[in-house]
Amino acid sequence: MADLKKQIIEALNLKHLKPEDIGDDQPLFVEGLGLDSIDALELIVLLQQKYKVKLANPQDGPTVFKSVKTMAEFIRANQPA
Amino acid sequence: MLTNLPDTLKSRVHVAGIGVISAIGVSVNQTLQAFQHSRSGIGPINFLNTAHQHSLPVGEVKFSNDQLEKKLGVKPHLTRTALLGIHAAREAVAHARVNISNWRSGLISATTVGGMDKTENFFSEFLQDEQHGNLHDVINHECGKSTMLIADDLGINGFLSTINTACSSSVNAIMLGARLITQGMLDVVVAGGTDALTRFTLNGFNSLMILDSEPCRPFDATRNGLNLGEGAGFVVLVSDRVREQEAFDSLALVSGFANTNDAFHQTASSPDGRGPYSAMEQALKTSGLTTSDIDYINLHGTGTLNNDLSEGTAVKRLFGENLPALSSTKAFTGHTLGASGGIEAVFSVMSLMQQCVWPNLRFAEAMPELGIVPQKTVEHASVRNVMSNSFGFGGNCSSIIFSKA
Amino acid sequence: MVSVEIVLQLFFRKRSTMAIYIKGMGTISPQQSWGDETLLSQIMESNGDKLTCYEPEYEQWIDPKNLRRMSRIIKLGVTAGLMALKEADVTNPDGIITGTGYGCLDDTGIFLTKMVLNEEHALNPTPFIQSTHNTIGGQLALLLQCQHYNQTYTQGALSFENSLLDAVLQLQENPTKKLLIGGADEITEASHAIQKRFGFFKKELNSNLELFNAPDGTINGEGASFTVLSGAAGTHDKASIEAVQLFYKPSYAVLQNGIADALTQCGINPSEVDFVLSGKSGDERSDSMLKKAIAEMFASSSLGYFKHLCGEYPTASSFALWLAARILHEHHIPDAVIIHDTGRPVKNVLVLNQYFGTYYSLMLLQSCRATL
Repeated sequence: MADLKKQIIEALNLKHLKPEDIGDDQPLFVEGLGLDSIDALELIVLLQQKYKVKLANPQDGPTVFKSVKTMAEFIRANQPA
Repeated sequence: MLTNLPDTLKSRVHVAGIGVISAIGVSVNQTLQAFQHSRSGIGPINFLNTAHQHSLPVGEVKFSNDQLEKKLGVKPHLTRTALLGIHAAREAVAHARVNISNWRSGLISATTVGGMDKTENFFSEFLQDEQHGNLHDVINHECGKSTMLIADDLGINGFLSTINTACSSSVNAIMLGARLITQGMLDVVVAGGTDALTRFTLNGFNSLMILDSEPCRPFDATRNGLNLGEGAGFVVLVSDRVREQEAFDSLALVSGFANTNDAFHQTASSPDGRGPYSAMEQALKTSGLTTSDIDYINLHGTGTLNNDLSEGTAVKRLFGENLPALSSTKAFTGHTLGASGGIEAVFSVMSLMQQCVWPNLRFAEAMPELGIVPQKTVEHASVRNVMSNSFGFGGNCSSIIFSKA
Repeated sequence: MVSVEIVLQLFFRKRSTMAIYIKGMGTISPQQSWGDETLLSQIMESNGDKLTCYEPEYEQWIDPKNLRRMSRIIKLGVTAGLMALKEADVTNPDGIITGTGYGCLDDTGIFLTKMVLNEEHALNPTPFIQSTHNTIGGQLALLLQCQHYNQTYTQGALSFENSLLDAVLQLQENPTKKLLIGGADEITEASHAIQKRFGFFKKELNSNLELFNAPDGTINGEGASFTVLSGAAGTHDKASIEAVQLFYKPSYAVLQNGIADALTQCGINPSEVDFVLSGKSGDERSDSMLKKAIAEMFASSSLGYFKHLCGEYPTASSFALWLAARILHEHHIPDAVIIHDTGRPVKNVLVLNQYFGTYYSLMLLQSCRATL
């Protein structure tokens, strides 16, 4: 998950944060990091580019991107073999 | 430098001519026929060379660049944006039958893509080697260049301006034209906008995941996004003095307008539609009309989940339960981006001319949150005043009201 | 064909007691133009065919959370806007009007590049949404929560002048408004390479300060310059704007008559212009008509140039406005600007700009001190 955190920081240009600043269960959207709908789209691109995982329906975003942990679980469950 | 004209000396703003080109026709007459037959222009991509050719429906003008060049008799290699703009602007000027060179004239156009249709072809070669790529393809890249090409074609060099406020661009152009006439600075203004389909915008909107892979369904409960379109729409605005001296009946009056900012998010509209609400409310205020005077609203109505809910919320808040007839014509044309305000201004004036309201195609079920049922068919109606909305990225919200002359 | 001078004459009425007042300014340019420095006390010199901005610490103006998505041009424009508002002591302007000739080039290039390399697949949305021309104005509105009038002009080298004219129209209706207007354009590697291929720039240039030593080509430039304007005079006004005039492909006669008419409408003769700030670019072909007009009409005025300091770009006139206002406010023309000094005190400045011989503009500024 440390790698994933690094990738999130890079993708969203969160230059003021380090991976250790982001809790595994910390909410990413609304509260917590306060990310928005554009960040959600960027995370969808990240999943595709780095993990070859597709999130076809952006409406699923809030569930999948709730925290780094839920993201990691989604990747594990959907990553092609 | 500043002297305000007293209200009694301020000219009214007449619409003397209209011109339009879009997926549903290359003229006002063709457009009218499309409306009357509920014939949408949304379909497969034909001319644009893109990886999404078989997966995304668009509102493409049914002429290639070569065909447009031949039709217009212009020199080759003009951008598609300029070709579409010249086509519609010429129609508007011809329709107006005003000799623009006899008056203090201006051209105010609007575009979001400018010459990008050619630039993106240049770029793939340029990326491989900075000395590659045909410079002809980038010489007209700038938005302002499209306007220059239209101005040079029309023979206007008095006043030139280009506006780019994303999807509200061309209605802002018309508003500026109206202000210049009202304040006695110009007599005739050709105002509107033009935008061509490009890989840049198609992919841009695709990356935002707001494109529908089916023909769009604005204001429908199950809507799933927008279809991109292209085209151009221009109106010829004139002062009282021009109308009197040239002795014609004006098609409509520009009676009110407003430009506000939602200031909520860069691309999303606020849930309560505060920007759209204040644009519509202030447009009404400047017109001196009340909500019950509006007989038809041409909605921005892109078909995205966000816009339609936000705009619908604002409409309901302003008009209450007494909604006028309303529809989004983007179900016919697609979302023509910077040209949408100009194209839909023409549709609004057509509504007044024909005493008709236009349908919102492919509507089946109202949004459960709002219960708004748009106009489903073409219908003759008493149309005194039409409101047209255009909202864009960057929070730019504009609304304009056209009235029967 | 109606000659242009008839159009433009009616942009101005007989001189009234009202002008437009500059309440505050913010400029980021290839010179030290921000901070409390004395005007152009230190000149930034560089060799080569482009001048790039001397930039502030953006974190001091914009929260890092908002900064993260902003490309360079957005940071330049937004910060210059915030600087102007701070100087004017205005927190929420009554309108935001921006001019940009090129738009947001960097993000346009980034999105285009990715589009080509990824073959239109899996593209990041951020550069796309940041590439629209109205992003500077939109971001300012968002940061300030300004829900008022918001407009972006992009008519080449009349983009800033369009913004200024829009402000004039609004202040004509309501002089108490405070409007934030500005111009911004950037250089990117790609844009510079392309413009170089068009042959716009000098082939050899040891220093920007030698820009006018040879006739072939200009120097690329960039910058963001914003100003808060109002129709109501105040005690801290930097200068007033008395006239603005726009020309598109004018003949020499039209240009000359247009300039003369604008001055007449302001009640002054060409001989009463104290200082002409010329948009001479270093490219003789582009400069010739402007040079002729200045020589024939303003031989007794002091003369200065500015494009060796900021370079040539569509909204360079916004830099000129800032410079002219500072000159009037401080009653001093910096050595780096003056070309011909008649020694007459500077109570007014006439900015005469041209851009590749296509666009011309005029801005007449007056010292506020003169009216006190």
